[in-house]
Amino acid sequence: MAYFSQQLINAITLGAIYGLIAIGYTMVYGIIGMINFAHGEVFMIGAFISLIGFMICSLLGIGSAPLAILLVLLLAMAFTAVYGWAIERLAYRPLRGSFRLAPLISAIGVSIVLQNYVQLAQGARPKPGGQIVSGGYNLFSADGFDVRVTWLQIIIVAVTLVLMTGFTWVIARTPLGRQQRACEQDMKMAALLGVNVNKTISLTFVMGAALAAVAGMLFLMYYGVIDFFIGFLAGIKAFTAAVLGGIGSLPGAMLGGLLIGLIEVFWAGYFSSEYKDVAVFAILVLVLIFRPTGLLGKPEIEKV
Amino acid sequence: MPDQNILEVREIATFYGAIQALHGVDLDVAKGEIATLIGANGAGKSTLLMTICGSPRAQSGSIRFDGEEIVKLPTHEIVRRGVAQVPEGRRIFPRMSVFENLQMGATISDPAHFKQDIERVFAMFPRLAERREQRGGTLSGGEQQMLAIGRALMSRPRLLLLDEPSLGLAPLVVQQIFEAIGRIAREEGVTIFLVEQNAYHALRLANRGYVLVNGRVRLSGTGAELLANAEVRAAYLEGGQT
Repeated sequence: MAYFSQQLINAITLGAIYGLIAIGYTMVYGIIGMINFAHGEVFMIGAFISLIGFMICSLLGIGSAPLAILLVLLLAMAFTAVYGWAIERLAYRPLRGSFRLAPLISAIGVSIVLQNYVQLAQGARPKPGGQIVSGGYNLFSADGFDVRVTWLQIIIVAVTLVLMTGFTWVIARTPLGRQQRACEQDMKMAALLGVNVNKTISLTFVMGAALAAVAGMLFLMYYGVIDFFIGFLAGIKAFTAAVLGGIGSLPGAMLGGLLIGLIEVFWAGYFSSEYKDVAVFAILVLVLIFRPTGLLGKPEIEKV
Repeated sequence: MPDQNILEVREIATFYGAIQALHGVDLDVAKGEIATLIGANGAGKSTLLMTICGSPRAQSGSIRFDGEEIVKLPTHEIVRRGVAQVPEGRRIFPRMSVFENLQMGATISDPAHFKQDIERVFAMFPRLAERREQRGGTLSGGEQQMLAIGRALMSRPRLLLLDEPSLGLAPLVVQQIFEAIGRIAREEGVTIFLVEQNAYHALRLANRGYVLVNGRVRLSGTGAELLANAEVRAAYLEGGQT
């Protein structure tokens, strides 16, 4: 029981991070029907900018952890958003209207470019981030085992919940979100109503990148170590989460992230930690075979 | 008759890939009138309306809206100048409510007169008010057409382009739609350019008509002239369409 509870807490934390990345995949897919395979790299960039941000904070002598986290959060979101914007502008927009595989290939190209760029600029070695938040709270003890939730885990889940709530509100209630949904459902009609489609697509990339940056910061704080290659695995797992939840569906991405976190952590906890990634990707294969629309995805409806 | 043209189309050529759909179309729509364009399937009627909105873009030629050249502008910029379109197939956003579809129609207009505009649309089509929370995709064909027209009116257009608003609708609903179009022109002072396969209804309503054949304007005249024209009668009125 105690072991189970502890694993559950860890799984929810990890699932929150995957969910934040998955939103970027699902939104971009929703609006332009393309998988942005460079999105994992955007997350990695976010983690590196956070690392630099925390170093700047300590140089400036900002001792208060909440203040430092807030500053780094804003910094990482802003810079990573610029990356997201630039990627769309340079690598995808020129290919819009081209054959379907073209943006996919350029996405993989962008991914390789970003990985190598960070490897060259920051070095190939793993970078330690240091511990920004320590301590925690012992929930209960049983079977000689303390069930503990760390402050950091609480921060991760809280930040994720706030962002996901805010984001859902933006999509459901604001003119911007309405325009994004309109572009998703019928881009040509949206343009006929005066929506600047290019700008809306850019903003979708920007929003996805900003959320991935937050995930990068949380990842850095949680694992304490990052390198130029973290975007690959985290990206593919978040992509799996988006597919599992139903690609194109926002609640699906959040649910999928949570489930992938659960599967990974429980597999590692009860079976084998070497095979946890195999378990996650086996899920991807099973979903693609038996339920390609995902848990909350809608089947493609033919437009009349 | 008003003498000033709100829309002047000159020598417009449009291609889909290598296939030429419009071969140098010329036509004028005067301020405040109802103009109509009739023609067989595949003549290029919808292509012309979409080309006016810049999607697809004309390969050559000129389109002037209220004196301003718009042929090179992006679609959303053309729309911002006061052109609204009720496109072929209505293109309601299926997973948005009626209300949200109307909100989308008001994308370019001042939020200050949103309330007034939506009241006007609801007054014109009370069915939409009853169904305001219903998803667009679940409406009947006639209701979708009303919504498409209402959505276009939300931007307070000066020129309204309508693409086959009667297509696939029951005769009674067709009657309602045409009445609404007449009212929009008379009471709101909106210039209307109507594409129709229902030539009889359209020509009776219109001040001016054009006949499009294979991407070219073949005939033009007042609605009454075209209704009396032997060629038009043979091709579009007595071929089973009423």
